[in-house]
Amino acid sequence: MLTLEGLQIIQDDFRLCADWKVAKGTRVAIIGPSGGGKSTLLAAICGFTPATGRVLWDGAGLDALAPGKRPIAMLFQDQNLFPHLTAAQNVGLALSQKRLTTDQQMRVAQALARVGLEGFEGRKPAQLSGGQQSRVALARLLLQDRPLWLLDEPFAALGPGLRSEMLALVHQIALEMGATVLMVTHDPEDARKFAQMIVVVDQGVAQAPRDVDEVFANPDQALQDYLGR
Amino acid sequence: MADRLRGLIPLIAAALVGAAVLLPLAAVIWRAGGLSPLDGRSWDAVWFTLWQAALSAALSVGLAVPVARALARRRFRGRAALVALLGAPFILPVIVAILGLLAVFGQKGWLSDGLALFGLPAVKIYGLHGVLLAHVFFNLPLATRLLLQGWQDIPAERFRLAATLGFRPWTMFRLIEWPMLRRIAPGAAMVIFVICLSSFAVALTLGGGPKATTVELAIYQAFRFDFDIGKAAQLAVVQLVLAGAAALVAMRLTLPEAGFGGLDRIVPRWDGSRLLDGFWIALVALFLLLPLAAIGLRGAGALASLPTSVWQAAQYSVCVSLGAVLVTLTLALPLALSRRRWVELVGLLGIASSPLVLGTGLYLMINPFIAPWDVALPVTAAVNAVMALPFALRILRPAAAQIEAEHGRLADSLDLHGLARLRWLVLPRLRRPLGFAAGLTGALAMGDLGVITLFADPDTATLPLQMYRLMGAYRMDQAAGAALLLLLLSFGLFWIFDRGGRARADT
Repeated sequence: MLTLEGLQIIQDDFRLCADWKVAKGTRVAIIGPSGGGKSTLLAAICGFTPATGRVLWDGAGLDALAPGKRPIAMLFQDQNLFPHLTAAQNVGLALSQKRLTTDQQMRVAQALARVGLEGFEGRKPAQLSGGQQSRVALARLLLQDRPLWLLDEPFAALGPGLRSEMLALVHQIALEMGATVLMVTHDPEDARKFAQMIVVVDQGVAQAPRDVDEVFANPDQALQDYLGR
Repeated sequence: MADRLRGLIPLIAAALVGAAVLLPLAAVIWRAGGLSPLDGRSWDAVWFTLWQAALSAALSVGLAVPVARALARRRFRGRAALVALLGAPFILPVIVAILGLLAVFGQKGWLSDGLALFGLPAVKIYGLHGVLLAHVFFNLPLATRLLLQGWQDIPAERFRLAATLGFRPWTMFRLIEWPMLRRIAPGAAMVIFVICLSSFAVALTLGGGPKATTVELAIYQAFRFDFDIGKAAQLAVVQLVLAGAAALVAMRLTLPEAGFGGLDRIVPRWDGSRLLDGFWIALVALFLLLPLAAIGLRGAGALASLPTSVWQAAQYSVCVSLGAVLVTLTLALPLALSRRRWVELVGLLGIASSPLVLGTGLYLMINPFIAPWDVALPVTAAVNAVMALPFALRILRPAAAQIEAEHGRLADSLDLHGLARLRWLVLPRLRRPLGFAAGLTGALAMGDLGVITLFADPDTATLPLQMYRLMGAYRMDQAAGAALLLLLLSFGLFWIFDRGGRARADT
């Protein structure tokens, strides 16, 4: 269970507060107008942006932990891979920061195969297409084996077809791993397809998650404004 | 615990640099007994130092204006090579350039030979104009690169707009180019002024005499000829005040970015005389190439029959150079990776201090305990390392900041810290700038003729010093051979390091 307890982010004249819970294994889409603070919310949960209030995972406070020590795996809008490392090296960093053992190399190869990149171990990101790069990052997510995933529009640069393909893959893998996922998106359709719950971020508030169907059936004012209805 | 240890490393590096600069300065000030009145000859040195530096800066920047403008608006075969050539004087050993300039402009040089055909007298190179010639040779390319950067930063749209409005050349200059020059030229001139304030090797070889002695040279003379350490210390304090004051002024001006690359964009324009631009481009190309060609022509024959002393000196120089590279990179890496602001001050320490001042201080510190010439080579390496540090920081710090900005979050989220972060992220991405910084440091240390002149005994010499001694003994062919060797070693070392940084540094 992810708990945000009176979380407040204040930067100059920007402020955002959140106070809610997400049950384990839930997929949540975060939507709202740009500049509203969707990415900032994820950054605060992950520990990149200072915030007051508390972030808890299974009742344990995360606030004292550095981003890398939290039970969180994150995908950013871009720069999700180190360009000087091969696909296998990038994925391998999820397992060990030393030289990989044969067993670990096997697991890396399996993870790459799982995302459809069998035999791509030696490629560097520049030799991969945008979709393939996303898959490598996903393979790393798979091996990082963290219970909470924060996805900050990682597929925004892909075309619509490729994007829904990737979302389906994330969906599948998250189900297998039982991961809790918070994903920022600006596409309501993506949100509907991917998520069980919706968080609308607007006017300095990240509203508590609500059921997808319910939200879209009875959009409140904030969502109506965003959807332009 | 480990985090605290990591935070300490840049502090230790800074403390080492600080000690290496400030302790010798303290020794100098202590020995000089503060600021005592200068004698007449010392005042002459002060005035000459200021005067030649001012003239060198004015001439270099003044001549760079037409050259940079020509390069900014003309596309021609060999342009990239010429722009690269403009970077060469930076790593060209001073003493090599001087020998080349003597071969072209000296009493028995090509120019005098040419004048003799018309029954004209030979040129006299020694004195103020010789010093200026050498300083312009080194700094005209620097000024040209700085101004060229300024020209290229003018948005192309302005020139298009000017063309559609039918601006005349003078209007164009007044409205578009002059504002840029007014912003950039003073900073460029100030940089060159500061560089020329500490001129030693040029003054040593082309100046001298009561009328053309810089303060740095006067320190050396007090040391070597008068055996008057007290006076050397007093002059060192003077040099310190001069360079410090100039550095303070320089900090107040907008200093142009010393671009090391990205000068290949040509802004299309529809004005200016092709002939005139061609003249300036040819002039600067000849000015840079002829002395180098002279070294190549005269040195190639002598290379095979160089005395063992030269080869011995070359070995010492390679050791000094590699030592300086090792020290500079060891100090620069933690400093460049530290995000603290005071790191820039550490770099400034190296800029404000001059080799001869540091050398004098180190001599004072070392002399009571061991014979200075026993440590001539380590001291030379150390002083060169400190001198190269500002350049290394200038190259590495922005690169390190960019790596953090682009990949820092990913590394954080993967819990990459300390050595693992260095191994997986920083070193691989910093390879190119590291190679470049190592190359610059190596070439600068290889060609340095400064502090070694204070410490060397007749039996030990670095290659530049050995070359200077050959010139002093009028063995010009051997000197030219040594010059070619030094040139090859300096450029070769730069090339190897720079290449090493580029190889497999794909993204």
